[in-house]
Amino acid sequence: MEPTNAIELQNITKKFGEVVANNKICLEVKKGEILSLLGENGSGKTTLMNMLSGIYYPDEGKILVDGKEVAIRSPRDAYELGIGMIHQHFKLVDIFTAAENIVLGLSGSRVLNMKAIEDDIEKLAQKYGFELDLNKKIYDMSVSEKQTVEIVKMIYRGANILILDEPTAVLTPQETSKLFDVLRNMRDDGKAIIIITHKLNEVLTLSDRVAVLRKGEFAGEVDTKDATEISLTEMMVGKKVDLDIERPEPHNVETRIEVKNVTCLDKYGIKALDDVSFDIRSGEILGIAGIAGSGQKEILEAVAGLQKVESGCIIYHNSKTNEEEELVGKSPLQIRNIGVALSFVPEDRLGMGLVGSMGMTGNMMLRSYREGGSFFTNTKEPEKLSETIKEELEVATPSLSTPVRKLSGGNVQKVLVGREIAASPKVLMTAYAVRGLDINTSYTIYHLLNKQKEKGVAVVYVGEDLDVLLELSDRILVLCSGKVNGIVDARTATKEQIGLLMTKLNEGGPLNEQ
Amino acid sequence: MDSLISLIQAAIIFGTVIMFGAVGEIIAEKSGSLNLGVPGVMYLGGIASLIGVFFYENSTDNPNQIICVIIALVCAFLAAALGGLIFSFLTITLRANQNVTGLTLTIFGSGVANFFGGSLNKLAGGVGQISVATTSSAFRASIPALYNLGFIGKILFSYGFMVYAAIILAIFAQRFLTKSRAGLNLRAIGENPGSADAAGINVTLYKYLATCIGSGISGLGGMYYVMDYTKGTWANDATIESLGWLAVALVIFAIWKPRNTIWGAYLFGILYWVYAFWRETNVDLGFITLHLPALTRRTQELFKMIPYIVTIIVLVITSHRKKKEYQPPEALGLPYFREER
Repeated sequence: MEPTNAIELQNITKKFGEVVANNKICLEVKKGEILSLLGENGSGKTTLMNMLSGIYYPDEGKILVDGKEVAIRSPRDAYELGIGMIHQHFKLVDIFTAAENIVLGLSGSRVLNMKAIEDDIEKLAQKYGFELDLNKKIYDMSVSEKQTVEIVKMIYRGANILILDEPTAVLTPQETSKLFDVLRNMRDDGKAIIIITHKLNEVLTLSDRVAVLRKGEFAGEVDTKDATEISLTEMMVGKKVDLDIERPEPHNVETRIEVKNVTCLDKYGIKALDDVSFDIRSGEILGIAGIAGSGQKEILEAVAGLQKVESGCIIYHNSKTNEEEELVGKSPLQIRNIGVALSFVPEDRLGMGLVGSMGMTGNMMLRSYREGGSFFTNTKEPEKLSETIKEELEVATPSLSTPVRKLSGGNVQKVLVGREIAASPKVLMTAYAVRGLDINTSYTIYHLLNKQKEKGVAVVYVGEDLDVLLELSDRILVLCSGKVNGIVDARTATKEQIGLLMTKLNEGGPLNEQ
Repeated sequence: MDSLISLIQAAIIFGTVIMFGAVGEIIAEKSGSLNLGVPGVMYLGGIASLIGVFFYENSTDNPNQIICVIIALVCAFLAAALGGLIFSFLTITLRANQNVTGLTLTIFGSGVANFFGGSLNKLAGGVGQISVATTSSAFRASIPALYNLGFIGKILFSYGFMVYAAIILAIFAQRFLTKSRAGLNLRAIGENPGSADAAGINVTLYKYLATCIGSGISGLGGMYYVMDYTKGTWANDATIESLGWLAVALVIFAIWKPRNTIWGAYLFGILYWVYAFWRETNVDLGFITLHLPALTRRTQELFKMIPYIVTIIVLVITSHRKKKEYQPPEALGLPYFREER
């Protein structure tokens, strides 16, 4: 009998160092089915799929393709098994035409017969309803066209199992519905399709079945017809976990920064922030929650002067003089001098804010080198400062001159956050401050933020973990596709409520409890 | 008139040297290898071919011309490809900086070549005494029937076969890059090795092959210079090196298209030699008569700058025109390693 499962994953486990990205995951995908893989950021969706596409190799467990056990060690192995994965970052050569990209790397006659190849691709495109200009260069294409090229490339290579990593993240609604039509045609042709997403409405309209991952574990699966947005959110966020983070009551609360109707564009010209308005207040922690890429980075950068603001205004209220200052149009240095500090911990930690090959002292000097009028730099003050940070935050480093890239992730983050706090800012913005940290170090950072809050600093905390946000913040601002979808009281809000706000835009405008 | 014909002949001979260098370098650069060791590998090719045929001609009383040519070609190609292999190993496997490695290769190549060239002169009994007459005449042989066609014959047919081989090679390289599957894969690697890798192309193998074969082809330029222009002798002047740098400049001038090297190389040859054939002239423009003075030793040097100035102008123009096709391969000079976390 012909096996009906295109793919079967049995007890797949993958660890990165100490972190378990996938823990004993079992999953099946049938032929002629669209499966949605749903989960929060960092729940292990992409890692799991990268094991199917040959980028990672599982530490434990079995992968079965068409009922046979296989070992997928490279992208090439994946092709040969008929598995094609479409990543968020397209793997296309810019100055080639669509057709050239599609045949790239394939074996065949030595001399290319582009006419015959184009005819073949054309037939395929017609069969599934792709719209594609084969002679258009990639650099002239929109994101949606590039995505089409990627999909056709996979199908042309004979992929029967197609994995799409958040394919709609960069598409307009019209393009999305076109993509869905094509995917349905492919499903009806017997192909197995897995789509990684966290947009609930898309899951419900497109897929036949939904599998949910939560923090690296398999959280269950359900037929789409039996699922609702609420039931899926509950599966995704899980039950509330008590973390016991201290939360002092805010005092002397006054508006420090007022963000009014701010709109920003990303590099594709799509709105990264859409008419965003909120306050940042002294003496409290404002948590910002949202699916990755909903505009968190842009909000912080807009306030810090690193992101161009298309429209709207950002007003700083000076508590001493009661003056108001417009921050839009000021340079990052001017904004820093007013007292707005930003510490952003990117995925690779060293990417923003620290220079990996310099020691702690050198990195402190990145903020202070302008001080003093002499030709030579003053290293005494920064040295004292790094000594203080090292002692107070218990940074484990052999010496102050050890390059920071040699420190562990947690210590790097302590240096980064410590330096920003040392400048005694009026507004402290941190993003992903505890990313990849162990529990003890995370608590040290929470404690630091709380101390700042008690000193009357306005703290903004962009985080990924909802449990932490609910216990640490005073208010939580929830972003959804670049819009403020709600500002809730962290003391009374529930995890499900925030989960829903993150994934689905409120129809009646943003929810505002404050 | 005669001096014009001599200028063209000299330009075509030097142009051929540059053309080999440039075509080889284009193939290497299309794979992302910015090999600045072109002068070095041309030196290696030149000296290896000279050593090979020197020993062959001295070992036998009746050297066979065909064997001579084959020995010269094989020695030059292999020695230069070996230079490319050193470059590949350092930059592809060990991921050393390509600029530094290439410049080092140039110094290394000229050192090795001049060292062995000196030894060879000593063996032969003095500078200019190396005699590889059979080989040299084989490389310099032209077809008499065509050569005697008057001034057309002199301009078009007064050269050895390598001049025509270079043109054929440039056309072949052009077709290889644009029309063949392997050429498409190669270009993809130079543009975006990550995408090429994801498409299942063996990036490392392609880069090694392209760099080594490209170097081998560049080395043939050095060989042609030694066998034809210096008639199989060795001099420690730096002509090969300056021709090698012109080849690197020609790659940019030709905007990485082998077919453009054909006319580009001859143009560079003319610009290179124009100082030697420059005569004091008066140009009558009807309303004014321009007096162009003869060159002194000092003004000669200004003229020798012309090819490089032209290259700079081309660079300015092509980078100003934002057309993507005119730009160097996007990943040129960058090491490639698979993204892993």
